[in-house]
Amino acid sequence: MDSDANVAVPVEEAAEAHPAWRRVQLARHPKRPHSLDYIQRLVTDFQEIHGDRNFGDDPAIVAGLGQFEGRAVMWVAEQKGRDTKQKLYRNFGMPKPEGYRKALRAMQLAAKFGRPIITLLDTPGAYPGIDAEERGQAEAIARNLREMARLPVPVVVVCIGEGGSGGALALGVGNTVLMLENAVYSVISPESCASIIYRDSGKAEQAAAALRLAAEDLLSLGLIDGIVPEPPGGAQEDPAAAAEFLRGHLVLRLDELAGMSGDQLVNHRYAKFRKMGNFFA
Amino acid sequence: MAWFKRESGELDTSGEKKVRTEGLWVKCESCRQIIWKKDLEDNMNVCPKCDKHFRIDARTRLAQLLDDNQYETFDGNISSTDPLKFVDLMPYSSRLKQAQKDTGLKDAIINSQGKLLGRPVVASVMEYAFIGGSMGAVVGEAITRAVERAADTRMPLIIVSASGGARMMEGVISLMQLAKISAALARLDEAKVPFISLLTDPTTGGVTASFAMLGDLNIAEPGALIGFAGPRVIEQTIRQKLPEGFQRSEFLLKHGMLDAVVPRLEMKAYISTALKFFVD
Repeated sequence: MDSDANVAVPVEEAAEAHPAWRRVQLARHPKRPHSLDYIQRLVTDFQEIHGDRNFGDDPAIVAGLGQFEGRAVMWVAEQKGRDTKQKLYRNFGMPKPEGYRKALRAMQLAAKFGRPIITLLDTPGAYPGIDAEERGQAEAIARNLREMARLPVPVVVVCIGEGGSGGALALGVGNTVLMLENAVYSVISPESCASIIYRDSGKAEQAAAALRLAAEDLLSLGLIDGIVPEPPGGAQEDPAAAAEFLRGHLVLRLDELAGMSGDQLVNHRYAKFRKMGNFFA
Repeated sequence: MAWFKRESGELDTSGEKKVRTEGLWVKCESCRQIIWKKDLEDNMNVCPKCDKHFRIDARTRLAQLLDDNQYETFDGNISSTDPLKFVDLMPYSSRLKQAQKDTGLKDAIINSQGKLLGRPVVASVMEYAFIGGSMGAVVGEAITRAVERAADTRMPLIIVSASGGARMMEGVISLMQLAKISAALARLDEAKVPFISLLTDPTTGGVTASFAMLGDLNIAEPGALIGFAGPRVIEQTIRQKLPEGFQRSEFLLKHGMLDAVVPRLEMKAYISTALKFFVD
């Protein structure tokens, strides 16, 4: 929606003035690979599973079983659409409560059978609508945060595009959290931030810089564990190469976690998030 | 036909009158009745005429919940580092200083330990007057410590929420506090120590989407605004006016998101009775 309008600005032009804004535009680039583009390249025997067993199936989140480099892995991913029809079908990648509940069901299913989980984050944010509120958007996100914290299996999270606040974090409590080079992860969209602080959503470029939402920012703040490089110019220039970079990093990270027991994994995840946030004491 | 007519609607008398009566009287924003301030305070800041629950600060809340206004406070010394050096219309560091001066707190939270009808409890209360009760690293850390204190001491935990959500000025660090606190609550859950989440006006954004919705009981005061997205954001998304009562406590109760809506005057007794069920 907003993102489409913004992409119309030539990337290079905005980039010179605002490097952070360039990242936002790349993260929302209309040709940027989405979750299923990676899953198709990386996973064999992929079987999508549907529904939260409660209300419905949310196409903004894709969950499925698959084989990845010799491992059975549960994939849970936020999915945007490419053309208008797909965008509407995927609700612009904005999940509703039933999407988060489906995701949790899939993750707990993985835990039951001792399978590692890989989640891919790519959303402008959780859907802010009447029906989502009625069905408990906040509760669904909150529950995911708590339950992800105690999954006794390895959880690797990759922010592949837009990490839109709580809507992304609801799939984001991992032992390892990675970002693609041009992905962004933020507490609020630059447009919303600008409309609050400057009373002008047009000043999103400035807000993007102030929010420190680029991958290097999060790495230097100690909030993520690594950055997955993208091909020159961004993942949209060579999606196959982008997928291969991601494959390598995922294998490495799953190997790191493979030897840990369920308790060790839960404690490792706790320790990781427990130390986030500096303060004067 | 009248010789004179008022051209600009109703007279605005709210500001002026308050000054003349030197704050002895307040006007209820709900029923518009004039109330003697002492009557309001004696009634726990609930309008005696229409039951409108006025917003109260964290210290008043603690005085209402804990016996004899006696409690020990903890973690009041931690303060924000302004990790992003964030500047909007004014620097975040100045905003912090101003809020600290206005509230006498280092950040938007008071951690305490006291007794509720004789039962020792850990109570963590958010202060809305401090930058909208927003949650950055300090609030996140303080609430996590309160959760850990409850788990360690096995004292029941009460968190009183009043917040606009995550604190924008600390960026994604604020966001990660949702995960940090929720992870601590998973441990508290496993320790089987009761956690009562009390949601008050307003509780929105990342606070609702984390600890506020994770109580063993989620209870709210009447008429409180509670939601994930703020009403303005939703209106902009769907481009229509929201129905009356949308995202109020009673709406959430109806949709199954709350265990109960509890009037302030009954709150202490309600929590005490619930804790008796869980613990004794």
